[in-house]
Amino acid sequence: MDPPTVWRLLGSVAVVALAVACTPADGTDAGPVILATTTSTDDSGLLDVLVPRFEQETGFRLDVIAVGSGQAIELGRRGEADVVLAHSPDAERQLVATGVTGDRELVMYNDVVVLGPGDDPSQVGPATALTEVMQRVATGEAAFISRGDDSGTHALELSLWEQAGIEPSGQGYREAGQGMGATLQIAAEAEAYTLSDRGTWLATELQDGLAILYEGDPALFNLYHVIPITDAAGDRVNEDGGQAFADWIVADDIQASIGRFGMDAYGQALFVPAAGRDAGDLRGGG
Amino acid sequence: MEVVIEAIEGAWQLLVGRDEVTYEVLWRSLRISLSATGIALALGLPVGLGLAVGRFRGRRTLYTLANTGMGLPPIVVGLVLTVLLWRSGPLGGLRLLYTPTAMVIAQAAIATPVVIALSAAALQQIDEEFRLQMRGIGASRLRSLWELGREAHLPLLAVAMAGFGAAISEVGAALMVGGNLQGETRVLTTAAVREASRGRFAAALAFGFVLLALALLVNLTLTTLQQRDRTTRR
Repeated sequence: MDPPTVWRLLGSVAVVALAVACTPADGTDAGPVILATTTSTDDSGLLDVLVPRFEQETGFRLDVIAVGSGQAIELGRRGEADVVLAHSPDAERQLVATGVTGDRELVMYNDVVVLGPGDDPSQVGPATALTEVMQRVATGEAAFISRGDDSGTHALELSLWEQAGIEPSGQGYREAGQGMGATLQIAAEAEAYTLSDRGTWLATELQDGLAILYEGDPALFNLYHVIPITDAAGDRVNEDGGQAFADWIVADDIQASIGRFGMDAYGQALFVPAAGRDAGDLRGGG
Repeated sequence: MEVVIEAIEGAWQLLVGRDEVTYEVLWRSLRISLSATGIALALGLPVGLGLAVGRFRGRRTLYTLANTGMGLPPIVVGLVLTVLLWRSGPLGGLRLLYTPTAMVIAQAAIATPVVIALSAAALQQIDEEFRLQMRGIGASRLRSLWELGREAHLPLLAVAMAGFGAAISEVGAALMVGGNLQGETRVLTTAAVREASRGRFAAALAFGFVLLALALLVNLTLTTLQQRDRTTRR
């Protein structure tokens, strides 16, 4: 091949590339509905089931942007998303307080479990209350791996320390700064304790290294709320689309599907549908 | 190490088993990154040439900027582009955020400094003596440039490969401006990030190996062209 042939080749690549780049994105008027949600919601695989069904039933196109909790809520506040599905109640309430949202509604919950080495060196398993669990983890020799990433699970962890009257610090407390899967991997390697939502735990196949040592306390429930964004957040918010998703996900038949999700893969449901229920009752007033 | 073996098997199955989703992600990665490389070459080669043969004010500054730009963190490119493309941002009306086009722009921005800096270096090396020769045979300015391109086409193919490598391997910008939407903007790197975040390390690594296989294929093609030229010239 002559050098000029090479140039022609590269040249044609460049021309094609420019043509591709200049093709406008598909120009539907309102554009897709943007759902900002947390990576852990996306990681469960639930949205893979729900999104196609929403698009089919309502005719809206839905783009799911799965990011950190903080970012999901900030995208809503700025009107860069049309609806938010999150599990950080405090941050959500702050978002609602800014006045750019519609009604925030409870959708579902899943639970967080306390995990640690199978031989349970800090004797967490026999504890009778969650505060005692946290105290035993804090005083025990084994390390604790925190998400350390401002995620919903991280926020829950911090509130548990606070309730137990402990300031987490020192050598045994390590912040991973990463997602749930990576954090679980670190905990398994380090033979340390950690918290994880049940869904990610079941999906990681780390069952050799870690075991569930404490579960079932209502304070360990992860509450998921849906928050539609209004055009008070920005002119280009797809208010109808966002509200349509919020209405759709709390409807009876969708709630029933949420309650069945996970049965096939894990033999147990990963989420408990909770539309219309009172968050205060679920959390025991917390 | 079990994970690595599992990942190699996984990657093999994805490729040989013609897994539909994987191939779709693979083609999208290739399309986006080749487009970005094409744009980076179209923009970067003339600038690189200018830097190599030109004598103008600010040349050294531009050169320094291009060299610095080679280390441009993709996440910074992604953040800046995202803010520009936000609905509330100056380019929000284009509705490009979370589209493959936005990813092409981001990757082109990452690859262009690489193309500029490396092509300038490649052409400069040839420049000095070569220009004297050209002047000696009384070639026109345009002709000299053309001959320079011919002379340097081997290193310039390496420039194209480096640009493509920068584009296809980055993840920060693709994640930010693409949003990792299934069936729309999910590419090999962002698919790997998602699997890792789900705790599926073998699956994540399998996508990594598919990416390597793809990069190998593209570079093998370009290297074959490059080396064939070399042998025919001798």
